Parts: sequence; structure tokens; C-alpha cells
Amino acid sequence: MSDHTTNTMNLTLHVWRQKGPNATGKLETYEAKHISPDMSFLEMVDEVNETLIKKGADPIAFDHDCREGICGMCSQVVNGVPHGGQDRTTVCQLHMRSFKDGDNIFIEPWRARAFPVIKDLVVDRSALDTIIQAGGYTSCHTGGIPDGNALLIPKPEADYAMDAAECIGCGACVAGCPNGSAMLFTSAKVAQLAALPQGRAEAAVRVNAMTEALKDCGFGNCTNHYECQASCPKGVDVKFIAKLNREYLKALAN
Amino acid sequence: MILDGKCPTGPIETTWDKHRFDLKLVNPANKRKYKIIMVGTGLAGGAAAASLGELGYNVEAFCYQDSPRRAHSIAAQGGINAAKNYPNDGDSIYRLFYDTIKGGDFRAREADVWRLAQVSNNIIDQCVAQGVPFARDYAGYLDNRSFGGAQVSRTFFARGQTGQQLLLGAYSALSRQIKAGTVKMFNRTEMLDLIVIDGVAKGITVRDMVTGEIRAHMGDAVCLATGGYVNVFYLSTNAMGCSVTANWKAHKKGAYFANPCYTQIHPTCIPQTGDHQSKLTLMSESLRNDGRCWVPKKKEDCGKHPSEVAEDDRDYYLERKYPSFGNLAPRDIASRAAKEQCDDGRGVGPGGRGVYLDFAGSINRLGEHTIKERYGNLFEMYEKITDENGYKRPMRMYPAPHYAMGGLWVDYNLMSNVPGLFVLGEANFSVHGANRLGASALMQGLADGYFVIPYTIGGYLAGIKPGDYSLDHAEVKKSIEDVKATNNKMFALKGKKTVSEIYRALGKVMWENVGMARSDESLKNALKEIPKLREEFWTNVNISGEGGEMNQQLENAGRVADFLEFAELLSKDALTREESCGGHFRVEHQMPDGEAMRNDADFCHVAAWEFKGVGNEPELHKEPLKFDNVHLAVRSYK
Repeated sequence: MSDHTTNTMNLTLHVWRQKGPNATGKLETYEAKHISPDMSFLEMVDEVNETLIKKGADPIAFDHDCREGICGMCSQVVNGVPHGGQDRTTVCQLHMRSFKDGDNIFIEPWRARAFPVIKDLVVDRSALDTIIQAGGYTSCHTGGIPDGNALLIPKPEADYAMDAAECIGCGACVAGCPNGSAMLFTSAKVAQLAALPQGRAEAAVRVNAMTEALKDCGFGNCTNHYECQASCPKGVDVKFIAKLNREYLKALAN
Repeated sequence: MILDGKCPTGPIETTWDKHRFDLKLVNPANKRKYKIIMVGTGLAGGAAAASLGELGYNVEAFCYQDSPRRAHSIAAQGGINAAKNYPNDGDSIYRLFYDTIKGGDFRAREADVWRLAQVSNNIIDQCVAQGVPFARDYAGYLDNRSFGGAQVSRTFFARGQTGQQLLLGAYSALSRQIKAGTVKMFNRTEMLDLIVIDGVAKGITVRDMVTGEIRAHMGDAVCLATGGYVNVFYLSTNAMGCSVTANWKAHKKGAYFANPCYTQIHPTCIPQTGDHQSKLTLMSESLRNDGRCWVPKKKEDCGKHPSEVAEDDRDYYLERKYPSFGNLAPRDIASRAAKEQCDDGRGVGPGGRGVYLDFAGSINRLGEHTIKERYGNLFEMYEKITDENGYKRPMRMYPAPHYAMGGLWVDYNLMSNVPGLFVLGEANFSVHGANRLGASALMQGLADGYFVIPYTIGGYLAGIKPGDYSLDHAEVKKSIEDVKATNNKMFALKGKKTVSEIYRALGKVMWENVGMARSDESLKNALKEIPKLREEFWTNVNISGEGGEMNQQLENAGRVADFLEFAELLSKDALTREESCGGHFRVEHQMPDGEAMRNDADFCHVAAWEFKGVGNEPELHKEPLKFDNVHLAVRSYK
């Protein structure tokens, strides 16, 4: 057995509340009492919401779904850092054992021009879908495909593509970037497909279309702060941005 | 009534090819005149929407999440089966078919399972073409691993995130169609009713989860790819938003619900730590390839550090009970075995609700590096949740509700008994029988979406006139009014309990009475308790805020209200099925050694239930199951 502590803690939360997209928001203060260190961060917010509902108040709206760090739905800036700053961890996998009794915790939504607030901590991230729709795919048809082993893909290439494909599309990279850039997100898809033979055919068209969409959606540009990599709960590497730039240059030369 | 699954006849090897030829086709120029409503965008719905859009149909797709990339298919870790036989270890379409029928404890249709095994190979090719980065060996060939319930290596994988990569493949294909304009996507939109006109499914009523607007969408056919219902247990491995709502609303409009008692309890999940728990996290079954399950032989050793329990004092119970399959026994067997050890007082961890999954032997044999390469993200996830290092001390595991084999009844064409209503993936009941084998859910979702529905829906649409529906129909207006009235009723209650409190109470009743071991007494108890909770919900629940805005309490309340009705049907089905098979274990029906005892004479059928009103006795329809190709035998993994 591990040494599970039974000591609970009391915390003070400062949470961004905003009634709707056009309403003015502000930080509200709440007490979170008797919080177990084994709770996840979102379970702690659940507890606070239960007390708010009991008082007839509006609970804090926040996005979440799988609660196991893979769907990419959860999105909270905790103490100024997307997902709370624990290495390679989404906020749903952040546990209260990283906090201590008496802590003040600030909880805010993703903030970026391309991600308007819908309510409280919920933002509209459909711009990320728009970027994928611009070219984040291979244009293969359903059916009529040769055998999977007809294309040999050396293990290092397959592993490289998988490293890029780890992205969960949560948007923490955008929230962490001072420019509100989605360059890491975009580059991960560009790099994954550019590294694989089945994605090479459209590599030039893809990188152009996706970077164009990136601009149109209101994201900023990349100025090498690397905050995106630091914020990424999946550890997606900024080397993929270099790959995107290289693919972009190659496309210009075509 | 005896139901007919409309399975093709003749030699099983030829059934799907012959059926595809027999299906009527829609002329390419006419396809755009048909509108298809697709609810859910996981593996089944996403793949189907993309494929149907590409064929030229006009598709409207809906998901409750903020993007179609987030459906819970994304959380599947271990892999996807296919009968490629790349490792040359004796696999074939026939063997995958046979293993799936046997794994499902002879409670699935032969023809449907054959088709699944047949198209499994196309799925791998399709995903490779999309750029899914499956694991490869150093020569560049696709890599395979073995998985529970099989003695061949037929599982393809992308690290421990196979579901994520396959879903992103389907999502990319869907995104391409959205861009092309063939699919119109509605995110953050939840289906709250099925619209049936003159007995035919013609549309859905939805709530826009951002603005609160309630409106109808009409089409020539409606497809539900809305996943499973094991959140009826409150704690499960499903995402928080997974619900029975879409299926239940369709059921209330006439669609039969088949085998709701077949629920899968996954053997390897991280044990619960307290009442605050909101969900359980699964650790891929693939871990059982290299991990050995054990508990102390002596009760007094349970509190010790595992390293202090001598080798001779450990009970490797799966290897002891099932020597030929060992730690790779199917999920239902492995889960029950874990529960037996804990019920025997030999469980470990908080509350004695856990067994060890030990990697020490494999780490000694293969090195930590190899284990890390195979399961690195799982060890990381385990450590985040438990604060324990799985490389250094055995992981603790306990079973948790994970998957629903039951679902809406469909025929061979995936159409329900309501014409025009198709059901795909986990939401239907078709191929897993009473138990699903590992790495088969992803296979089924993509099979239905890429390679079954594109053909079978054409056979239906070719026989109807396109555009034969109207938003002005009285049934449409009534559906919208009914949804609004239900929401208003919930707001008006202003009671004292939160939705979560009642939901938790329901989960407790279900887990204790309708969980891994069910008895006549426990099921009758559940059937007594569920209506009380439903009554309490409809008199004493409290929802704040308004309907005309984003209101997560209202969303949750609607889902819980449906679970409170559905739970009764699940329990009733479990009570009626007087046998043990697969994930359904009745303590009255077991062999002297504790193994499940089927009753083929009386229960070799699909139980499809017809709704007769809330609280009223549902009507049972049976579809007999025939086994012409696999000998109906006692399932043995010893």
C-alpha cells in the first residue's frame, strides 16, 4: 500500500466568472473545504460546484469529458499556467496532492483572440477544427486501399510521426503563447503527415493551406518563446515548428 | 413476436459479398438528394459521416463535445484486431470469427461476426492510408501484439493510444468532407428526441448547448452512433458525457433495446480512492501481456509492502485457474477472478479492493526500456493518479464498468425495427454477444462506419423518395414541445438534492445489485430501489440557472433522468435471463468450480425489449440465435 495521507486541506479559489460571450467577467472568490489530496483538480471543482448548487447559485461552467488526459476537452489556466504547470499533465490529471493547505488558487479560461469565452471557463476552440479542415488529412478515399504492409515505413519515421500525433488538440499551446499562436498545434499535424510516405504527396498543398487558415482564424505568429512546448500536456516538441517552416520553404520552392 | 435479423443464407464465407451484390444502389447523381442525420462522431459515427459524405450523400453530423475529435473512442488504449496473419502464427478470418463468437459466449449472430472479421483487414489498410502511425518494426513492417481472449498476435497498435490515433484518422477524413461541404457539422449539440413520422424515422430534436435553442433537424435516414451506457453505474471508465439518452429516446419512440444486461466490467482499472471519485481510469488490457496478476495467499500479508510477500506466498490466480490462457484470459473471466480474490479477503490497497499486476518478471527478462517502450504512457498515467511507480512496485488494479455489449436491436443492415433508424458501433448490440474481446471495439466501430453502413443504407434509401419530410409536420412540433416541457418540469422542481447526489445513489444501487455478480434477490432489490430514486428525482431535484443558456446542470439532469428509466430495463433483462453468460453472471447459475453456466435450451436468443411506458412492464421479443458454423460449446479457457 502506498502512504495515502488522510489529511484534507482548505483552499481559496479565485475563479473567472463570465455569464456569456459579451458579458464582462471578473474573478470571484470561493472556499474549497476538506479537499482530499487524492482528488483530481476537476473533482475539487466539482465539490465547489455542489456547494454552489446547494446555495442556489450558478455553478462554475467548465469543459471536461474523458478525465483521463486524452480527449483534450479540459482547459483551465491554473495559477497563470495552462493545465497547472505539472509536466505532461492535463488539468483533469492534476491531483490535489500538488497543493497544500491554505493555498490560493487562480483559475481562468484559455485566453487568446481566436478562442472567445462562451461562459466562465468554457471557450470556443472551433478555430482548431478549421485549421485541420484546411488540410490536416491525406485525401484518401474510403476503400480501394493497398495492403498496409505495401508501404514500408522505417521505425524511426513511424516513431517521429507518432511523437507529433500525440497532440490532443486542447489548445494549451495557444493559451501559453504570448502571441496566441497555434503554431505548435498546426506543425504537429503538418510534421506527422510530412514524415510518412502516404502524406508526402500533398505535403506542399497542406502546409500552405494550414498556415493560411492559421492566419485567417486570428492566431498570432511564432516568435520562438517555446511557451507552447512548456504548456503542452503531451510534450509535443517545438522541433515540429522547425519542420513546418522547412516544409513551408520547400513548398515555396515548388 | 419472433424477430428476424434478415441474415443472408448460404455458406458463411459468401454471405457478405452476396448481400452487397443483392443490395439496391442509389444512382451517383441522386445521392445528394438524400439527407442523412448522423448522431455521434466517434469511430463509428465519424467514419460513417466521412464515408457517406464522400459517396455524395448530404450529411448532417452532431456531437455533444466541442469538436468531433473528442468522442470517447479516443480513450481506447490497447489496439485493434485484424485477421492479417502477418506474424504467420495461424490467424485467419475464420479464426477471428471463431474467437469472437466464442469470446461472446455464443450470444452473437454468426453472419454479423463473419462480416466483421472479413472487413477487419480493410480497416488496417484504410487507417494506414490516412496516416495513422501504427507501430512498425525496424524493417518497416506493421507490428502486432497479443491480447486477451486470443492465442495469436493480431492486434495492431499505436503506442498506448490506438483509439486516439484511429479517431483522429476518422476525424481527419470527416474534416476533409466538412471542408468539401458534403458534411455539415454541429458541435455542442445534443440529441434529445427521435422524430418518427408514420412509423418511419425522419429526424431528431436537439438542444444547442451554447444558446439553449431547441430545434429539429430532418432527414431521409437517422443514424445513431452514440456509444454505450455503462455510466448507468455512475463510476465507469466512460467519459463524463457518455449517456444512454439518444438510445433511450429512440427506444421510447419504438426502437427495441437488445440485451441491456450485457455489460462489460474491465479487469484492469485503477482502484477508487474515495467518495469524491468522479470516474475510473482504465489501464489497457495489453498490460496483461507482460504483467502477472497476483494477490497474497494469506490474508495477513495483504497489508504488507508487496516486495515483502515471498514468492511462495503469492497466488498467481489466473495462471493457477487457467493454465493455457493464464493472464490473457478474457475480460469477464479475469474480472470475476479478481473479485473472487477480494471477496475472499485477499485484496490489496484501500478497502481491500485491488489485485497486483506485477511487471518485475518482464522487466528482469526484457529490461525496463522495452517495457517503457510498450506501455510508457500507461505507467505515467498510473503514477499521476496513484503517486506510485509501476516499474518499482506492482500496480494495483480493480475491475470497473467499461463497455456495453447490449444496445439497440438492429438487423443485418444495421437498421433497427423502426424503418430509417440505423444504429452503429457500441450503440447497437450486434457482434459482441455477451462479452467483448479486447481490441474488438475499435474494429467494430470502424467496420460499421467505413465498410458496412455505406452499403446497407443505400439499400434502404434506394427504396424511398428523397426529401419526403417537413419541419411543419405536427410530430415535429410535438417533439420540440415535449423536450421543452421536460426541461421546464425539471427547472420547476426546485428541490433539495443535486443531480449528482441522486446519480451517485443510482450508481451505488446498480454496482451493488447489478454489477459483477447478480442474483434473483439483488436484482429484485434493484427493481425496488430504482423507481424510488426516480420518484425522488422528479420531486426533489434542484437545477439552478435557465434553459436558454449554457447550463451543464440541465445537460446532466437530462442524462440522469434517462438512466433512471433505463436502469430498470437493464435490471429486468438481467432478472429474466436465467443463465450466466459472458459479462452477465447470475450466482444461481454456475458450475461447481464457479464458472459461468449457460442455458442454451432456454436462452440462446437475443432479448429485445419494447417500451410500454415508464414504470410499465416492457414487452419481450426474441430473436433465436443459430450456430451453423461454430459448434455451440462450453467456453473453456483452461
